[in-house]
Amino acid sequence: MIKTSAQAMLSVNEKLKIQKNSIKNGNSKKRISIVTGTHGDELEGQYICYALGKYLNENISRLNGTVDIYPALNPLGIDSITRGIPNYDLDMNRTFPGTESGTMPEMIAHEILEDIKGSDICIDIHASNIFLREIPQIRISVPTAEMLVPYAKMLNVDFVWVHESATVLESTLAHSLNSSGTKTLVVEMGVGMRITKEYCSQLMNGIINLLVNLEILKDTDSPSVREPVISLDGAVGFVNSPSAGIFVPEASFGNIIEEGSIIGNVVNPLTAKITEQVTAPCSGLLFTLREYPVVYGGSLIARILRQNEGGSEK
Amino acid sequence: MIEKTIFTVESIYRELLDIKAFCFGDTSRKTLCIMGAMRGNEVQQMYVCSRLVEELKKLEIHGAIAKDKGIMIIPCANYYSMNIGKRFWAMDNTDINRMFPGYNLGETTQRIADGIFSEIQGYEYGIQLASFYQPGRFLTHVKHMVTEFTSDDGLSDFGLPYAVRRTPRPYDTTTLNYNWQLWNTKAYSLFTQSTDDLREKAAEEAVQSVLRFMKNRGIISYPVHSGYITSIIDESDMIPVYSPCGGICRITVKTGDIVEKGQPVAEILNPLTCEIISEITAPEKSVVFFHIASPLIVEGTVIFKLIRNKI
Repeated sequence: MIKTSAQAMLSVNEKLKIQKNSIKNGNSKKRISIVTGTHGDELEGQYICYALGKYLNENISRLNGTVDIYPALNPLGIDSITRGIPNYDLDMNRTFPGTESGTMPEMIAHEILEDIKGSDICIDIHASNIFLREIPQIRISVPTAEMLVPYAKMLNVDFVWVHESATVLESTLAHSLNSSGTKTLVVEMGVGMRITKEYCSQLMNGIINLLVNLEILKDTDSPSVREPVISLDGAVGFVNSPSAGIFVPEASFGNIIEEGSIIGNVVNPLTAKITEQVTAPCSGLLFTLREYPVVYGGSLIARILRQNEGGSEK
Repeated sequence: MIEKTIFTVESIYRELLDIKAFCFGDTSRKTLCIMGAMRGNEVQQMYVCSRLVEELKKLEIHGAIAKDKGIMIIPCANYYSMNIGKRFWAMDNTDINRMFPGYNLGETTQRIADGIFSEIQGYEYGIQLASFYQPGRFLTHVKHMVTEFTSDDGLSDFGLPYAVRRTPRPYDTTTLNYNWQLWNTKAYSLFTQSTDDLREKAAEEAVQSVLRFMKNRGIISYPVHSGYITSIIDESDMIPVYSPCGGICRITVKTGDIVEKGQPVAEILNPLTCEIISEITAPEKSVVFFHIASPLIVEGTVIFKLIRNKI
C-alpha cells in the first residue's frame, strides 16, 4: 500500500510528498524499513526498492511482518539531479532529527524520522557521489558497532567500515535513528547518477537473507552471503590527487593491489604530458576509485583497505 | 599595506586561485583578522572587506594604526566560484565554511580551509563577514557562538543595535567561527543586510561597526561615531514566524519596524489567482529583525524573525 509519510505545500500548485510502499502480511509486528534517495544524485537504491517491492509482491504469502520501502526521501532532488534539497542548497542528511515546527526541511526530516522510528531494522542505502565508485560496504560508527555488526554481516556486502564518530555526523538520519533505539545500517555502493545492477543484486540477496534471519520471510532458503571484511579507520589508506588534471585509472577496481603499483595517471590534455603518476601507498583492497576524471589537488582518487590490518574478523 | 598570497589552488584549465590577504600595521602581530567571502555569492561580504582595505590604507598612511597591532583582511577566498556564478566550490559543491579546521592531506576544500586556517589562527580577534542560507533581509548584527571558550566580551564594541548569541548545533562545529574559538581567537560573525547584491548603506554600516570595534579595542585611533548601546539577545529567544502554506509572499513591513500584536505583516497569495490564502500577523509586540526576500515560499518557510519588544 502506498502511503504518504510526510508532506509540505510548495510554492505553486504542488505538494511535496515523501511516500513509502508499505508491504504487509501475516500477524507479526516486525517491521523493517528500506530508505534511500536522501541525496538526489544517488540512484543505486532505486533499483533495490523496485526489485525488493517486486519480489515481495510476488512472494507475499511468505511475508510475516511489514517491509516499508521509502525510495525517495528527497524527491525534488532526484527529480532535478540535485544532491541536496533544491532551493535550500542543504544536505538533507544534515537536517535530522529535524523539528516539529521548523522550516520545511526540518519538518520533513522530523516527520520521516517519526515514521521510521520503531522499525526493527532500518537500512539506509546510499550510492557514492558522482566522483567515486565504491564496492558494496556498510559504514558503522564505533559506538554502535557492537549492536550493528551482527546485522551488517547478514547483508552480503564486501566490507564493513567501522569509523570514528564525528560531531557533524550527529545530524544524519542514521545517527538520529540509532540514538532513538532504531537500529540503522548505512550502505554505500556503486557510483552517483548510475545503477550498478551487479551490486544491487548483491545487496538484494543480503536483504532477503536479513528478512529470513529476522523471520519476516518464512519458507524461504537463505541466499548464500559473503563474509565481509570488518575494518577500523586505521586500516584504510587514502589516496588524494597530488595535482590538478584529468585522472585516467589504470588499476582494477575492487581487487587487491600491491604497494607502489600504479593506480592511474593525472594527465594534462593541453600539454599532452603526464602530470603525476598516482601509486598505491600500501598493499590492499582497492575499494574506492575515482570515477569522475577532472581533479584538483586534493581530490580523492582512491581508498585502500590495507592487507593484514583489516579483515582479521573475517 | 602588504599584499600577500596565503594559499594557492591549481586548476587544469584556469589561472591559479590565489587567496589574497592585505596586512596593515605591525605584520608580526596577530591582533585582528577579517575574513570575507568564502562562498561564490557573498558579494556584499567581499565588498565590505574591500571597503575596509580602502579605509585601513588611509588610516595607515595617517599613522592611525596602533604601533603594536597587526590586522589582516582576506576579502575573498573563493573567486573561482564567484567567477562562474556558483555558491559553493566549483567542482564538488562543497562549502569551505563547513571544512574547518581543514586537513592538508584531505579533499580540495579541506586543503583550502587548512591553508586559510594555518594563516589566520592565533589572532586575538577574528571577524567573519557571514551570510545566511535563506534569501532575506536582516538588521545588520554581530553574532557569536556560545561555547565554553567565549564570553560576550567585545560584542558591544561594534556599536550595532543588536548582537546575537547562538548555541552551536552539530553542523556548526566545522565552521570558521567555531574553530577560531576553539583555537582561542575571540570570533565574531558580522551579518550585513544582503549577500548577492550590493547594499551601500548596509555595507557602510558594517564598515563603520568594524572600525568602531577596532577603535574600542585600541587597534586604531579613528573619530568614529560611538554607535548604539547594543542589546545582546539569544537566538533562541527570537520569535520565528513560519508560513502556514506555500505561495507568493507579500511582505508589508520592513526590518527595524516595531510591530504591534495582531498587526498584519505579510500576506500569502495563491500564485495562480492572487487570492489571499493566509494573512500573517505579529504574534506580539516586537521588532522585525529578519524577513524573507524571495517572493515564492513553501510551507514552513521562516518568513520573519522578531525580537520581543520588552518596553
